[in-house]
Amino acid sequence: MSQSMTGAAMVVKALKDHGVEVVFGYPGGAVLPIYDEIFQQNEIIHVLVRHEQGAVHAAEGYARSTGKPGVVIVTSGPGATNAVTGLTDALLDSIPLVVLSGQVPTFMIGTDGFQEADTVGITRPCTKHNWLVKDTDQLAETIHRGFHVATSGRPGPVLIDIPKDVQFATGTYVGPKTVRVESYQPKVKGDIAAITRLAELIETAERPVFYTGGGVINSGPGASQLLRELVDATGFPITSTLMGLGAYPASGKNWLGMLGMHGLYEANLAMHGCDLMINLGARFDDRITGRLADFSPRSTKVHVDIDASSINKVIRVDLPILGDVGHVLEDLLKVWKSRGRRLNKPGLAKWWGQIEGWKAKKCLDYKNSSSVIKPQYALERLEALTKSRDRYICTEVGQHQMWAAQYMGFEAPNRWMTSGGLGTMGYGLPASIGVQMAHPEALVINVAGDASFLMNMQEMGTAVQFRLPVKQFILNNERLGMVRQWQQLLHGERYSQSWSEALPDFVKLAEAFGAKGIRCSDPAKLDAAIAEMLAYDGPVIFDCMVEKHENCFPMIPSGKAHNEMLMGDAATEGAIQAGGAVLV
Amino acid sequence: MAALNIKKGSTSHSAYELRDPNSQVAESHTLAVLVDNEAGVLARVIGLFSGRGYNIDSLTVAEVDHLGHRSRITVVTRGTPAVIEQIKAQLGRIVPVHEVHDLTVEGRAVERELALFKVVATGEKRIESLRLAEIFRANVVDSTLESFVFEITGTPEKIDAFADLMRPLGLADVARTGVAALSRGV
Ligand SMILES: Cc1ncc(C[n+]2csc(CCOP(=O)(O)OP(=O)(O)O)c2C)c(N)n1
Repeated sequence: MSQSMTGAAMVVKALKDHGVEVVFGYPGGAVLPIYDEIFQQNEIIHVLVRHEQGAVHAAEGYARSTGKPGVVIVTSGPGATNAVTGLTDALLDSIPLVVLSGQVPTFMIGTDGFQEADTVGITRPCTKHNWLVKDTDQLAETIHRGFHVATSGRPGPVLIDIPKDVQFATGTYVGPKTVRVESYQPKVKGDIAAITRLAELIETAERPVFYTGGGVINSGPGASQLLRELVDATGFPITSTLMGLGAYPASGKNWLGMLGMHGLYEANLAMHGCDLMINLGARFDDRITGRLADFSPRSTKVHVDIDASSINKVIRVDLPILGDVGHVLEDLLKVWKSRGRRLNKPGLAKWWGQIEGWKAKKCLDYKNSSSVIKPQYALERLEALTKSRDRYICTEVGQHQMWAAQYMGFEAPNRWMTSGGLGTMGYGLPASIGVQMAHPEALVINVAGDASFLMNMQEMGTAVQFRLPVKQFILNNERLGMVRQWQQLLHGERYSQSWSEALPDFVKLAEAFGAKGIRCSDPAKLDAAIAEMLAYDGPVIFDCMVEKHENCFPMIPSGKAHNEMLMGDAATEGAIQAGGAVLV
Repeated sequence: MAALNIKKGSTSHSAYELRDPNSQVAESHTLAVLVDNEAGVLARVIGLFSGRGYNIDSLTVAEVDHLGHRSRITVVTRGTPAVIEQIKAQLGRIVPVHEVHDLTVEGRAVERELALFKVVATGEKRIESLRLAEIFRANVVDSTLESFVFEITGTPEKIDAFADLMRPLGLADVARTGVAALSRGV
């Protein structure tokens, strides 16, 4: 059905046609016509953030926790440039976003007009695709394409730049069904011969491991379900990247925990020692592989990914399968079952014996204290006191993020929101707002560091305005903890600029925003303080004063292999050598 | 060895199909990239090469199907087999890219480049330049009493050879189009 309307009206109509319920944004001159349309309707809720970076991260939190695309509206110039970090974050973590930016009118483009920026040029490398719409008749179609591109294949952010005159002008609206993006139709079914080969490998493997990533989550809840079925049926051990946590339940009996730089001992050694590595929707990121030359030297490597450019990019694999994880798992299960569900049982039993030996190391053990709250203890308690709830966890970036991944358990997909690929401090608070918008009744906690929290703390205003009871759980070590840890291990304990000097009083800060502030520094009072936080029906900043110089272990130092993991504070001085020092 | 023509969504993107996937020797490959002729598409392709540190030895682009809004970008690039494979996969996931053909792998392609050479010379050198131009089947497209502009079409190697010969004879300026290429046969 085609109708005549203004470009601004088309924007709102198109969003409704795509089932959008919430948009995150910030107005300005170049998007006023769109905001006028938003004003005149009640179906779409607009969440007014306090900074456009916050809008994008909020949309990411919304998207990750729902599986639906997040939608953002920003104005031209500074509005668009403020969105760049969020776009890059979403690109690296494959989060579907549709970002609509205002632009100066078409006749002013190129004149350095007020609040003009080459938004399409600036965002080209940090979006999956972007468009400048110069004709109102093209607008509806472009928005529909935007949703298609953002959500299909490997998801990602798109940006649509809309000059103000295009918003004012009248054109013809076409519905989403009429649009097809010919050049972009990713293949979801895997090659059946390759899948059969994988089934054969599964039948004979002695030391297999599943290595899963964010792709399983992006593939939808069905993929996680199939993964669980396959893991249970084969009895293979499974580990996951930071992005993939929750696809397989942390309470599952085959779960080894997260792998990688701060991954668990058993997970990394299983990766190192396996003879069959089945990578499902992960991308051999450098946080995972460590030194490439020594990465899992004796294994046959299988890689299932929907993005051809992820395959053989870093690690050459023996069996690439291009396709959607969910579809491939479905076919794989069918093929493997029809071949008689064969497994190398004696081999597996021996392998599990070896893994149990590694588990017995109890790599997450730490020295607790009765006088000061250890960050690990704080998270253990947070986990224990919240795990039975309908719970979503966000994080900022740093030590607290790694500890959260280590000490908290995720039973379901879409419950864990963290900035993996880009490592964006300032992600967690706005992300928690996005999650809470999508799940008003759920418990949403942002595990934060004091430094990261400050990066987007203005969004407390958003939380208060929209009555979003997000809990900001700050592990306050008064340090840029992760930076300090690296300086200790790598730069002779010269703690250059890694102090959080002049921190605000977080309790007063909460109160200044109209939220609740709670401070705790006594391990004996921690449970009660957490209970107080959980009982409060509104946003809370929890200032958890923790041990200041705690280090995050295990750790594979940059440039080292999986089996060269550091387990604790002993002998870590100078552990990263010159070769590794150049790596980040 | 099978051709490595990575169509969108193809599973032929495989470690097995390159000659020696682990070779560290850089090879020159000519890629034909069929794209929607939309604003910014060339910037996307070039941005991919610069952003990821790949080389461009030559680049040509022109619309080849006006009604279908298709352009053809021909890139001559250089890299180890693994890098070339990665370049093709990265090109393939650019949204307005329809097809990526590795003409070097698909079989010997016809490659042609056009160049214009200005040679400023008098006397014996001027006569010699004209004689060589004839041998190379270059046409004179402009002449003054002190100069010629030659037009020459051929493989990049032929044009390089012509340039080498013209240099001592008074070569003043060169303009080259970059390579246009098509696979042979059907
Ligand atoms: C925007 C941004 N700037 C800088 C960094 C580098 N960085 C990584 S972790 C970190 C320190 C984080 O400190 P804090 O939030 O207090 O967390 P902690 O490590 O102490 O738990 C820094 C500065 C980053 N990841 N993101």
